[in-house]
Amino acid sequence: MTAGTPDAGHGGPLGRPAPGPAGGPAVYVQDLCKSFRVFRHRPGALGAVRSLVDRSSHEVRAVDGVSFTIQRGEMVGCVGPNGAGKSTTIKMLTGILHPSAGRVEVLGLSPQRRRKEVARHIGVVFGQRTQLWWDLPLIESLDLLRYVYRVPEATFERNLATFRQLLDLDLFLSTPVRQLSLGQRMRGDLAAALLHDPEILYLDEPTIGLDVVAKHRIRDFLRRINRERGVTVLLTTHDMADVEQLCSRLLIIDQGKVLYDGGLAEIRDRLGRERTLVVDLAEDGGALEGPLSVPHACEVRADGPRRWLRFSRDDTTAADLITAVASRYRLRDLTIEEPEIEAIVRRIYEAGLDSSSPAGSQGSTIE
Amino acid sequence: MRVYLEIGKRAFQRELVYRTKNLAGLFTNACFGYLRAVPLLAAFEARGDIAGYNLQDALTWNWTVQALIMVVGLWGGWEVADTIRSGDVVSDLSKPFSFLGFWLARDYGRAIYYLLFRALPVVLIGQLLFGLRWPHHAITWAALAVSLALAVSIGFAFRFMLNLAAFWTTDARGVGGLGLIASTFLSGFLIPLAFFPDWLRPVVQALPFAGIVQTPADVFLERVTGWALMGALGQQALWAALLLGAAQGLVVIATRRVVVQGG
Ligand SMILES: Nc1ncnc2c1ncn2[C@@H]1O[C@H](COP(=O)(O)OP(=O)(O)OP(=O)(O)O)[C@@H](O)[C@H]1O
Ligand SMILES: [Mg+2]
Repeated sequence: MTAGTPDAGHGGPLGRPAPGPAGGPAVYVQDLCKSFRVFRHRPGALGAVRSLVDRSSHEVRAVDGVSFTIQRGEMVGCVGPNGAGKSTTIKMLTGILHPSAGRVEVLGLSPQRRRKEVARHIGVVFGQRTQLWWDLPLIESLDLLRYVYRVPEATFERNLATFRQLLDLDLFLSTPVRQLSLGQRMRGDLAAALLHDPEILYLDEPTIGLDVVAKHRIRDFLRRINRERGVTVLLTTHDMADVEQLCSRLLIIDQGKVLYDGGLAEIRDRLGRERTLVVDLAEDGGALEGPLSVPHACEVRADGPRRWLRFSRDDTTAADLITAVASRYRLRDLTIEEPEIEAIVRRIYEAGLDSSSPAGSQGSTIE
Repeated sequence: MRVYLEIGKRAFQRELVYRTKNLAGLFTNACFGYLRAVPLLAAFEARGDIAGYNLQDALTWNWTVQALIMVVGLWGGWEVADTIRSGDVVSDLSKPFSFLGFWLARDYGRAIYYLLFRALPVVLIGQLLFGLRWPHHAITWAALAVSLALAVSIGFAFRFMLNLAAFWTTDARGVGGLGLIASTFLSGFLIPLAFFPDWLRPVVQALPFAGIVQTPADVFLERVTGWALMGALGQQALWAALLLGAAQGLVVIATRRVVVQGG
């Protein structure tokens, strides 16, 4: 795993959260497992009673031996296909779910055994749900949290003022939550999760269903609270742009297991060996018909004078390839496209880490 | 404690949003209050006093139970089960407060709303239409307040446990519905418990359900006074404590093996 930034964000203009109840890393997970028993469902009232008595079931291994450590101040992105076990893992990190096996420690404490104490130091946003009171104006939900977490009045006022500005809440602070747009509601939920200065923030799909502008704004906000307040962030997402723009560390989970845990740059380097050279041919360059022919590269797409040439680091360098193309064709412009992290991750989902890695390297899972 | 007060306050505010729904419910209660009064008039005309109730007592009982349905949540309320089913329960469980306390506070906020905006108007309508029996002693009002507070707790604890079934089955309403049928019958809502046959009466009067409707109605009617009143309130308090304790135990079991739905 990457080194992380154990002591990131001292002070910052926004102030620093109170130190956690105990030392150690923000999150420590060892051989974590969670199995669910799935019961047959019978319809109707009598069926429900029967289901209580006759409990034929099978087991689903949602999380299957996951280990990782998150240092304080880190921002880690967790991705994986649907049903990979991401939400289940987060629920165990908050103490809501009890693991079937393995160890969880959050700020050195068991979130299950010390639920209330741990809860004071973490904030949680489940993107598909809300903790806000549906029928009441947003401010009522936020105001309640002051009593829930016993936040000192001055701290509360200061935090609220900060979030009102950063998340632009003023416009809908007194609107009932059920009338808010998804993006507005998400901003409200983010503020709600942070008003008590948590050390750790868990975000389960915080950008789900948001438009580009809303996503951008939320990423901006998350970056700031991580950098300026030193809040440790663990987020799950299906949007690789979230991870690319926010996280230096990536956790890929599939079928309850960690497939990859490491730097974002590393995985790109190791698995994204193929890049694309995009050239614009000069109009009078002739040779506009048919694919370009250059050694160590193949044309994968053509759009009039614009051509996409894929090449691998193992065969040639970008410089050599450009020289080769320029010597055969007259060019007007060119760019190099780096491998898209999205494509890399998709390949890992589809084929697993080893088979998608040309170098055949070992999965660098955990320490 | 402050947090539970604030939670209750918001639950109260939340009901204010649905004022029209309450108006419709009020109308329904008034209609049923009237419809159920008609056979009472006929029965008392034919038979005279029944089990110590005269006609005015019976009419007062009738309007009191109509008034209490919503206050004590006699016919349920499946919000807890709904949050468990949808998975929204995760945010309540990840808060540093008692899950039971959170919902109890909400229920008191709700109950106070219905006391003011449902029970009071219903009783006043009953008074206008039939003329009810009002307490003769000032102390009765204090006893009524205590009895109602305990009735809300008992009703809540029972309903809350039915809701918790959602942690084990996807159809908590199905299971809970059976429970509510029992409580409707055994609480003194359908007929006063005093009308039950001799062999059954002591049993139903000892059950917790009696404390949900019959006891507050008895207190209001001043059918229990002095030591009997203390005994009735004591029995309510005992059941409230036992059921809340059981509910808390169930919460611990449920959250230990909790199955929270949805990603
Ligand atoms: N309450 C539950 N009962 C039974 N099975 C469950 C339950 N919750 C999750 N599962 C199963 O556990 C596995 C992991 O689910 P989880 O919600 O953690 O996935 P996820 O990675 O969050 O997926 P997504 O990206 O779709 O949100 C899935 O196979 C799911 O069906
Ligand atoms: Mg999920």
